[in-house]
Amino acid sequence: MKRKSVATDIHSILQRYEQKKEHLILMLHDIQNHNEHHYISESAIHEVSRYLNITHSEIYGVISFYTMLSTKPRGKYIIRVCNSAPCHVMHSEDIIEEIKKTLGIDFGMTTKDGLFTLESTSCLGICDLAPAVMINDEIYGKLTRNEITKILAEKSK
Amino acid sequence: MKEKRVILDNIGKYTDPASIREYEKHNGYRSLKKALQMKSSEIINEVKISELRGRGGAGFPTGLKWSFSAPLKGEKYLICNADEGEPGTFKDRIIMEKDPHKLLEGIIIASCAIGAATSYIYIRGEYTQSINTLKDAISNAKKEGYIGNNILGSKFSHEIHIKCGAGSYICGDETALINSSEGKRGNPRIKPPFPGISGLWNRPSVVNNVETLSNIPAIILNGGEWYKSIGTKESTGTKIFTVSGMVKKPGYYELPLGVTLRELIFDLAGGMKPNKEFKAVLIGGAAAGAFLGKDALDVRLSYEDLARHNGVLGSGAVLVLDQSMNIYDVLRNIMEFFVHESCGLCIPCRLGNMRLLEIITKITKGQGSPEDCKTLLRIAKMMKETCFCPLGQSPILPISTALSLEE
Repeated sequence: MKRKSVATDIHSILQRYEQKKEHLILMLHDIQNHNEHHYISESAIHEVSRYLNITHSEIYGVISFYTMLSTKPRGKYIIRVCNSAPCHVMHSEDIIEEIKKTLGIDFGMTTKDGLFTLESTSCLGICDLAPAVMINDEIYGKLTRNEITKILAEKSK
Repeated sequence: MKEKRVILDNIGKYTDPASIREYEKHNGYRSLKKALQMKSSEIINEVKISELRGRGGAGFPTGLKWSFSAPLKGEKYLICNADEGEPGTFKDRIIMEKDPHKLLEGIIIASCAIGAATSYIYIRGEYTQSINTLKDAISNAKKEGYIGNNILGSKFSHEIHIKCGAGSYICGDETALINSSEGKRGNPRIKPPFPGISGLWNRPSVVNNVETLSNIPAIILNGGEWYKSIGTKESTGTKIFTVSGMVKKPGYYELPLGVTLRELIFDLAGGMKPNKEFKAVLIGGAAAGAFLGKDALDVRLSYEDLARHNGVLGSGAVLVLDQSMNIYDVLRNIMEFFVHESCGLCIPCRLGNMRLLEIITKITKGQGSPEDCKTLLRIAKMMKETCFCPLGQSPILPISTALSLEE
């Protein structure tokens, strides 16, 4: 039963797009954004494969190429910490250490309550506000240890 | 020292950047009206006169690039490269979020010049606000007849679509960007053929950076000679510099090419933060850039002056480092970046970056030897000569300039 409902959800997303492979990345973003665990499931790949008439392996190849796409379930909030040079020299490692300590997870892991996933990201293009973090679509800059702890506490409520 | 704003002249003047009316109040779409009265060759000629060079990093003359594709028959595309991934760079984001119509006007004029009925803006997936603002701006421009069939009653019709990345530095390379736009993995393609001859779906495709295209409205409106009067002899016009690191006022500054590094850092960006002493900059990109020390502060920021000092203008990113920072520590961060972002397609890049990272990590732990520095240079040089695309060809610049600074 559950599988069927996934298929229906995915199908309503896919129908917003023409059946052309050029839309694959946008489709995958869309599917991931509409999934509460921010990931692209095996059954979703199956639906996309049927819709675009391309193989599972081709879709998987695309997903695995791009860092923002995931085949693994993730938390409600995806924390992307910038680790490029401009944030690095403004001590992003303090922010990373604070997040790891507060949430008890390392990069690539999700908290037990399913609330947070910690990822690192290449430059977010907000270097004037370094060190910076992106949580889902929101940007947080000029962070200090105190501020990131406050933000995480706010999101945990 | 004051800014010279050609591209960013409307920044801060709008309440809603996606609004057509507000853009129109500030000369908006006047340049397009003029361009629609011109022949394709006249538009291209004006851009050639301006001597505008690509602002994405490579600095290729824009008018010349257009002139390769303009005479080709059949379906052609203009692609706007908005995959701003070079660390330390955020100029394109500022344009897209704060004056999106300036970019759209540049895209429509460029498309008119090369004869493209369709254009694509490829934006990196992380730039959600840029994507949303541009979507609104495109829909508003359509309603007013600036995009669509027979634009402003002319024979020229044009559609603009947005493509979106999903986290990949390599997609900033034009051929990787084209593969990604087709819905594929963002591996680069072999050149030649160059995209201008065979690009998106093997059709002629002109790929221009956001900042490059945003210069076009002013060039057409005021003329190529006017644009050329700004800047230096070989580097005409203005450039947006994005300053980050240990300065009082990090941010974006649009300046005539040819100002000095000192003016940018100590005047506009307010100088060093309290109790911080200047050590070096990483210029041209906070990955694919060059380290320049104190003795380079009076170098003029232009293509030719920077090249003479082993520097690079690149994307216009300037990361300022102070005396407390270790250059090798920054270099290790850069190499971690290249290892992560290598697409893995060609072996010199895939393995070369990893070896470079290992050696630099060893040096940062105090276990390096003079022999290691030679090995770094040897590997990076080999990569420069053999890698498939600019990513693997990049590490030589930060490595060689870091080594000469630390000698």
